[in-house]
Amino acid sequence: MDTFVLLAQGLAGAMEPMNLLYALIGVTIGTAVGVLPGIGPALTVALLLPVTYRLDPGGSLIMFAGIYYGGMYGGSTTSILLNTPGESASIITALEGNKMARAGRGGPALATAAIGSFVAGLLATLALAFVAPWVVRFALSLGPADYFALMVLAFVTVSAALGDSALRGLTALFIGLALATVGIDLQTGQARMTFGIPDLLDGIEVTTLAVALFAVGETLKMAASPSAGAEKIEAVKGSVWMSREDWKRSWKPWLRGTLIGFPIGSMPAGGADVASFLSYSAERSFARHPEEFGNGAIEGVAGPEAANNASAAGTLVPLLTLGLPTTATAAIILAAFQQFGLQPGPLLFANNAELVWSLIASLLVANLMLIVLNLPMIGLWVRLLTIPRHWLYAGILSFATLGTIGANPSVFELGLLLAFGLLGYGLRRFDYPIAPVVVGLILGPLAEQQLRRALAIAQGDPVILVSSPVALVLYGIAIVAVLVPLILRLRGRGKVLAQLASDED
Amino acid sequence: MRILLTAAFIGAMAVPAAADYTIMAPAAPGGGWDQTARTMQAVLRDEGIAESVQVVNVPGAGGTIGLAQFVNQARSNPEQLIVGGYVMVGAIETNNSPVNLEMVTPIARLTGEQLAVVVPAASEIETMDNLVARLRENPGAVAWAGGSAGGADHILAGLIAQAADVDPTLINYIAFSGGGEALAAILGGQVTAGISGYSEFASQVEAGELRVLALSGEEPVEGVDAPTLRDAGLDVALENWRMVLAGPDLTEEQVAAITADMEAMATSDSWQEALAARGWVDRFLTGEELEQQLAEDIAATQAILRDIGLVQ
Repeated sequence: MDTFVLLAQGLAGAMEPMNLLYALIGVTIGTAVGVLPGIGPALTVALLLPVTYRLDPGGSLIMFAGIYYGGMYGGSTTSILLNTPGESASIITALEGNKMARAGRGGPALATAAIGSFVAGLLATLALAFVAPWVVRFALSLGPADYFALMVLAFVTVSAALGDSALRGLTALFIGLALATVGIDLQTGQARMTFGIPDLLDGIEVTTLAVALFAVGETLKMAASPSAGAEKIEAVKGSVWMSREDWKRSWKPWLRGTLIGFPIGSMPAGGADVASFLSYSAERSFARHPEEFGNGAIEGVAGPEAANNASAAGTLVPLLTLGLPTTATAAIILAAFQQFGLQPGPLLFANNAELVWSLIASLLVANLMLIVLNLPMIGLWVRLLTIPRHWLYAGILSFATLGTIGANPSVFELGLLLAFGLLGYGLRRFDYPIAPVVVGLILGPLAEQQLRRALAIAQGDPVILVSSPVALVLYGIAIVAVLVPLILRLRGRGKVLAQLASDED
Repeated sequence: MRILLTAAFIGAMAVPAAADYTIMAPAAPGGGWDQTARTMQAVLRDEGIAESVQVVNVPGAGGTIGLAQFVNQARSNPEQLIVGGYVMVGAIETNNSPVNLEMVTPIARLTGEQLAVVVPAASEIETMDNLVARLRENPGAVAWAGGSAGGADHILAGLIAQAADVDPTLINYIAFSGGGEALAAILGGQVTAGISGYSEFASQVEAGELRVLALSGEEPVEGVDAPTLRDAGLDVALENWRMVLAGPDLTEEQVAAITADMEAMATSDSWQEALAARGWVDRFLTGEELEQQLAEDIAATQAILRDIGLVQ
């Protein structure tokens, strides 16, 4: 098969010492910016662009791809250990990951995230090499109505999967949806809910809300009731390594996460966050021990982490085959291609085959480097948790603040961080789940825009929403996801489900 | 802060701390303004016009958030520049922005880019006439895909409708957020036609996936098999231009010095090479001509936004 030969040639290219060096620089920088909140891979690549102006295009692109993959890796570390997700794709990882870390299982959590990312990155990169043309054809056939159905599925499964009380879960979700209406409306260009404040014109930043609710809210809770901190944080209990049981419980979520993440990442309106939400819901429904969800279930880390890395590789499908950037980082990598006079798109594989294949091959190499770099670091990272608690939380607070100002240097943003921190404290104090608020803020605008686009294209005819087979299949899955728990409850397994309810933050 | 931190990581490769110019790109990394700012950065440094140049991104609301910040920060500071353009003119109107271009000092218009009207290759619409006929028949049945509401793409759709004697408030414009989302909807046949900068469509056009019905500029583009809108019988011409501006309250000498630097940049070979690579046209214009042009564009934009119904 031709693809094998091309990939082998690409690997030979990627193994050239200079290219290996570029990949190493890329993954190192990527991991570092992934760990630091506020600096994403997008900005890093943008900063490096003018520097690489005179460098060889292949090497620069390999470095940028390394940064992209590395950023995806690094993001999970702070999520798991400090409960401060640096980007929207690692929010879900914080749910189970941080619970595991506090129970002394930070090592296995980081390991399953790293190995899951490796497995997903490997499989998804191979998928990129072999099935990209077909995937992209399918992705293009999806219209706004199909995307709306996907959002409905995400809403239904995520709200069903998070929290015990439907009322509390929905309340939290609607707080998020309400926050999502703030900002300029894309379809009309009019400002909504901004109260004349210019800083609100662009809406509420997801990472500000997530960091505030997770990290600041929790710090406030600790400060408010220091004696109630009965739950002792243990840095390491048992092995830093994954046990045989951990492996057994992780490998299927890795594969399922990859299967969910890759296609969603390659959809022009998909995204790593949506993929990680869906993977989390799927793991929860497949789990042998669903009662562990919310208390540190390893599946809840393995699946979403695999999904968000697979989705990063998926993003490269439309970028390389169509020249369609679907994330900020992809947009900058596109700019990098153009800087070197290369036009990603249908002709790139034909005109610059050598470059494309050494790029794909170097993604495999970068992936391997990441796991080699990251696994030995785990023992070091988990020591963070041995820091006495008041110092640790003080550190988390400054880290969160620094990240927010870093991402958006304004006093107003800092005010938002503190206000949402208070909201997070209130939600915790009264036992409302936190995650649905963030989910609402992320999915709300996506769902709204797609619904309005679908209806506008059909000139107001609602039949368009159910007139495509893909949309119907997605609604079907959503209905099953709602009905199955109901049936289970009727069959007397209600107790298990009630336990699921435990707070997931 | 973000820049400092990243710079610390990138170590030796990072920009030095002292700057001759700080260029604000009032948009997220990756977009047209960001690319303009970063190309300026590379050329100003390579040509030795400025010792060091930093780019700062302040995204949001069509550039008006960055502009508001810039008006305060850059007062009487000849080292601060901001990139802006046609889209900012529209955004100032639709967002009812408290700051506008009269509060800063326009230095030079730099680049222009023609917009293209395209349909998927499989579409029955072969020419601009076909599209106009459909528009006249039922304006709502023609779904246009493009960038955010009130931007250059939307304005062009409105102008086309007006020129075809169709009420511009009736056009069915579907806004997509930046990047490739609009392109995906056009390629997937979800909409009737699409509008965006020609360079965004170029590779799809070459591959035969998209058909260009018309270009929006005054002159046809070499190598593109499509008429201008004027040649297609619609009295419309629009170019998405980008410019560089400086802060308020500068002295005449300071303005002259910045203008001279920009002129040196825009006439350099590496600038011209960069323009060619990105598919931008050189539209360098300064001084009184620039002011006149800017005033005309602002008045025309206000008028069309009112006609489309986006501004009261």
